[in-house]
Amino acid sequence: MFDYNFHWRPVLKNLPDLLAAGLTTLQVAVLAMIIGVIVGLGLALIRLHMRGPLRWFASAWVELARNTPALFQLFFFGFGLGALGVHMTPYAIVLSALSFNCAGYLAENFRGGFQAIPDTQIRAARSLGMTAWQTYTRIIIPQVFRIVYHPLTNQMVWAVLISSLGMLVGFRELSGETQALASRTYRIFEYFAVTAVIYYLIVKIILGASRLLAARLFRY
Amino acid sequence: MIEIRGLEKFYGSLQVLKGIDLDVPKGEVLSIVGASGSGKSTLLYCINALEAIQAGSVIVDGIDVHARGTDINALRQKLGMVFQQWNSFPHLTTLQNVALAPQIVKGKSRAESREIAARQLEHVGLGDKFDVYPSALSGGQQQRLAIARALAMEPEYMLFDEATSALDPELVGEVLDTMRLLAEEGMTMICVTHEMSFARDVSDRVAFFHQGVIEEIDTASEIFGSPKSEHLQKFLSKIR
Repeated sequence: MFDYNFHWRPVLKNLPDLLAAGLTTLQVAVLAMIIGVIVGLGLALIRLHMRGPLRWFASAWVELARNTPALFQLFFFGFGLGALGVHMTPYAIVLSALSFNCAGYLAENFRGGFQAIPDTQIRAARSLGMTAWQTYTRIIIPQVFRIVYHPLTNQMVWAVLISSLGMLVGFRELSGETQALASRTYRIFEYFAVTAVIYYLIVKIILGASRLLAARLFRY
Repeated sequence: MIEIRGLEKFYGSLQVLKGIDLDVPKGEVLSIVGASGSGKSTLLYCINALEAIQAGSVIVDGIDVHARGTDINALRQKLGMVFQQWNSFPHLTTLQNVALAPQIVKGKSRAESREIAARQLEHVGLGDKFDVYPSALSGGQQQRLAIARALAMEPEYMLFDEATSALDPELVGEVLDTMRLLAEEGMTMICVTHEMSFARDVSDRVAFFHQGVIEEIDTASEIFGSPKSEHLQKFLSKIR
């Protein structure tokens, strides 16, 4: 065990490639979060306000996204749809699976957020003559956003970390790129150690940015 | 003028308003008193259609509030409302709380809305609190903020739903003073209240609610001086 010789040079030589792949990871996670927030908000509103098939659809989405392994969801969008004749690029597979997963989790966060706003806020806004739309966009959503802000940050971190599963469908994000480079040089440990540091830094940057933004956004 | 005819309201099979007839002319201050659960607050919510009704009608300045096709958002601008739980918007500063509706509902410019808001906040004695958030205000201050917010829409009627019931005793006075001020300025007001001194001193008329009906309505001096119905006599004897 102790006669292993570390060789960091190949890793350092490939560091620009790893950092570029780190940006790909960040990009796919950010896009998945944007889609996840929009779709998750829609799913939450459907589950709160509608009945019938649309509501069943939204509930099924949330149940599947939250109660099955993220890996299986990824495989479904990759190999499952592939078997049905729908072929996507690895990037598209990872983006759709991540978005699906994020939307499911965020839908529940949003639902909790909406339920935390007392009805009396709606009454107060409507009594001033605001329309339902104005009430939602100016009074309810801003308050919900604050309630879900920290869960949203968590989800963003989660999206970065589980995007690493993308390597299993051939996506060259940070983990996929590391795997490819490591298998060429057999410096597996060194590559993944450096990659772990890059993941750590990405997450720290997200958390720091989130904290700065929160201080600016929430003065109350 | 607000005209209420044969108003009935059910929650499921429970009837909370059992045929209310009431006229409130411009300039009048009407207090509504009665035990909790007698339907007082529900009546207010039926006037600005925050609650639907099952029979009868509410006419405000000739417009049927509950008719299909009535622009209720336009009508609500005439009917300012102040709630028991003040309901300030926690994510907006005091000034923004008041300026929001003039800007987005009435379509006034940002500058003009802020001007209106500043004027109304000074009106209720919050002239030094423009940029603080409601969480930094006392209950009494938040309730005055709610009054300013309603006034900023330049309503012709003000509906007060137990505006002082949720306040600590020492904060009740400042809100009642603000309501008195409005009454003196000639605002038409319907006040559901448990403050008998306010009802007696400020209102032109007082309505006594009992189990979903107006059991007695008269001038304040008649209601408090020579109550006729047995229930009203009992009610007054309990709170004295």
